[in-house]
Amino acid sequence: MAEHKLLVRKLLIICVAMFGFGFALVPLYDVFCRYTGINGKTENIAAPAAKRIDESREINVEFIANRDSGIPWSFAPEVERTSLHPGAVMVVNFDVENLTDEAMIGRAVPSVSPGEAARYFKKIECFCFVEQPLDGRERKSMPVQFYIDPDLPKQFTTITLSYRLYKSTHQTASR
Amino acid sequence: MSADNSNTLDARDEHAHAGEHHHKPTGLTRWLFTTNHKDIGTLYLLFSLTMLFIGGSLAMVIRAELFQPGLQFVDPHFFNQMTTVHGLVMVFGAIMPAFVGLANWMVPLMIGAPDMALPRMNNWSFWILPFSFFILLSTLFMEGGGPAAGWTFYAPLSTTYSNDSTAFFVFSVHLLGISSIMGAMNVIVTIFNLRAPGMTWMKLPLFVWTWLITAFLLIAVMPVLAGVVTMVLTDKYFGTSFFNAAGGGDPVMFQHIFWFFGHPEVYIMILPAFGIISSIIPTFSRKPLFGYESMVYATASIAFLSFIVWAHHMFTTGMPVAAELFFMYTTMLIAVPTGVKVFNWVATMWRGAMTFETPMMFAVAFIVLFTIGGLSGLMLAIIPADFQYQDTYFVVAHFHYVLVTGALFGIISGVYFWIPKWTGVMYSERLGQWHFWCSLVSVNMLFFPMHFVGLAGMPRRIPDYALQFADMNAFISIGGALFGLSQLLFVWGVVRCIRGKGEKATTQVWEGAQGLEWEIPSPAPYHTFQTPPQVK
Repeated sequence: MAEHKLLVRKLLIICVAMFGFGFALVPLYDVFCRYTGINGKTENIAAPAAKRIDESREINVEFIANRDSGIPWSFAPEVERTSLHPGAVMVVNFDVENLTDEAMIGRAVPSVSPGEAARYFKKIECFCFVEQPLDGRERKSMPVQFYIDPDLPKQFTTITLSYRLYKSTHQTASR
Repeated sequence: MSADNSNTLDARDEHAHAGEHHHKPTGLTRWLFTTNHKDIGTLYLLFSLTMLFIGGSLAMVIRAELFQPGLQFVDPHFFNQMTTVHGLVMVFGAIMPAFVGLANWMVPLMIGAPDMALPRMNNWSFWILPFSFFILLSTLFMEGGGPAAGWTFYAPLSTTYSNDSTAFFVFSVHLLGISSIMGAMNVIVTIFNLRAPGMTWMKLPLFVWTWLITAFLLIAVMPVLAGVVTMVLTDKYFGTSFFNAAGGGDPVMFQHIFWFFGHPEVYIMILPAFGIISSIIPTFSRKPLFGYESMVYATASIAFLSFIVWAHHMFTTGMPVAAELFFMYTTMLIAVPTGVKVFNWVATMWRGAMTFETPMMFAVAFIVLFTIGGLSGLMLAIIPADFQYQDTYFVVAHFHYVLVTGALFGIISGVYFWIPKWTGVMYSERLGQWHFWCSLVSVNMLFFPMHFVGLAGMPRRIPDYALQFADMNAFISIGGALFGLSQLLFVWGVVRCIRGKGEKATTQVWEGAQGLEWEIPSPAPYHTFQTPPQVK
């Protein structure tokens, strides 16, 4: 029986470890994606300005804005596409309007496609860095200031920046 | 691999009978409180048979709705509940408990152990199961219905868009996860500690080997499943954002964690069947298994590879090409050890003195049809092709070939093979052959045309379809009904044996049978191998 107990204990440790591993996958996944930039997640912190401008090529940038069903705001970019040299800084505004009479907090979550280009998409300032409170019927123009890293590999000619707007509660905001 | 001489066997036999008269309680309490591996094995197998029919009935609702285009019998939400609960019941209620039941019955007999190593835990791990499925199935009768997000319960279908059956579903998965883990631990401890003297690792019957490896897979991935359902629960009810982009989570991550469990899970459902087939083919070919050692290593390689292929279920989620290539190549690599196994089975039959009793018929059908399922799996592994096949009936055809004509046929052939040992009487060969031929024809009517409608673009999990698929679907539904009805022949055959009707089985049962389980009398006495046999 003693040897049974020892083996059972070892097997239980494996079980507990694997249960933990399931949860450890959550931060691991985040770190892996941030490091490789493969799921289109961009850095959610301000980047320093580019050191040089690559005038030999132009990159097309497209903007998409959509909203979650839980938030009755209108949300759209002022321009749908533009082009710029890598390294050049550009500001694009997104218009948002609260269609209800109620004050509400929104939060935009960015995503870049193709995913591999995400880490070359640098934001100096972005409305997505912070929550956006709007009073009832309030309109706002929200800027994003960005540049494309000149190190962007040659195969990328078009990059799409997409935002999805969610209603923010303090529970989700704290994460 | 033979036990000691027959004199000591007889002595042990009498001892076993003496034990039987003293300890065996009767009536319902016998089954409730039993710690006997044979009783628990029987309970598992009967439970699995019940679930097979429940899951089959749900499938018949699906097939009835798909018999004609348009919506006839059920609304789409109920249809989704049917596909979801059918999948969960068949995977966790029919296939897995059947394997655990076979392990309970056969592993101690095959390695010369008196019982499973942890008999009380064994009792518990079985008796959790009926409650778990009671919880799951009860949701179908509640307001709003049962889970409808598919057996894969992808977020946000299972979080944002699900109803409160999610809580029942999660609790039920927790329970059956605990049950599987306890069952797996029991198998591992039994095989590690209770082998008869002389039963060295490389003398273990292949069913024992495949189950040992399966048990390790279970212990490694069932906790991950428990983790992912817990995340679904807290996302839905406690405001976490594991899979919610608004809170910084990622719904694609759900798929990664789920399939990290899910892919080893599909091998959990097939490796023990490999073991069963590896017992049956040599018996009816009257030759030892060809390439025993390569079978062991192939099984271990399949188990290892199963951990690094999960994302082939997710080719269309927008992974980078490098990652897709990695998962494509590792997936295709699995064909190598699997091919070794198929080769060995065929080589075992080669120039054997073969006979074709029912278990052998199912085993040969297993080899052919499982290989078809394996080949469609290889097609699905090809990235550009997968973009076409993703979420079509081609996928449905693929996994039903490996799970029905693979896992289920493996289980059925195992039941026919060992039931004379369990009940002491031979099943009716005529009934068995009828069951086999009816099943073979109907199962191919049911699943083979699904390849074609899938390739033509019919999506899965949708209660309606384009008109051009109408004839095929009517044909498939008829095949489904016939396959379901054919299984009644199986029940008939099994009930006959349980009631003791039929020719008395001999100790060896099959002419070519080798191994410890064929050296104890039929039916196997309540207690066996109280004194461990000596394996030469």
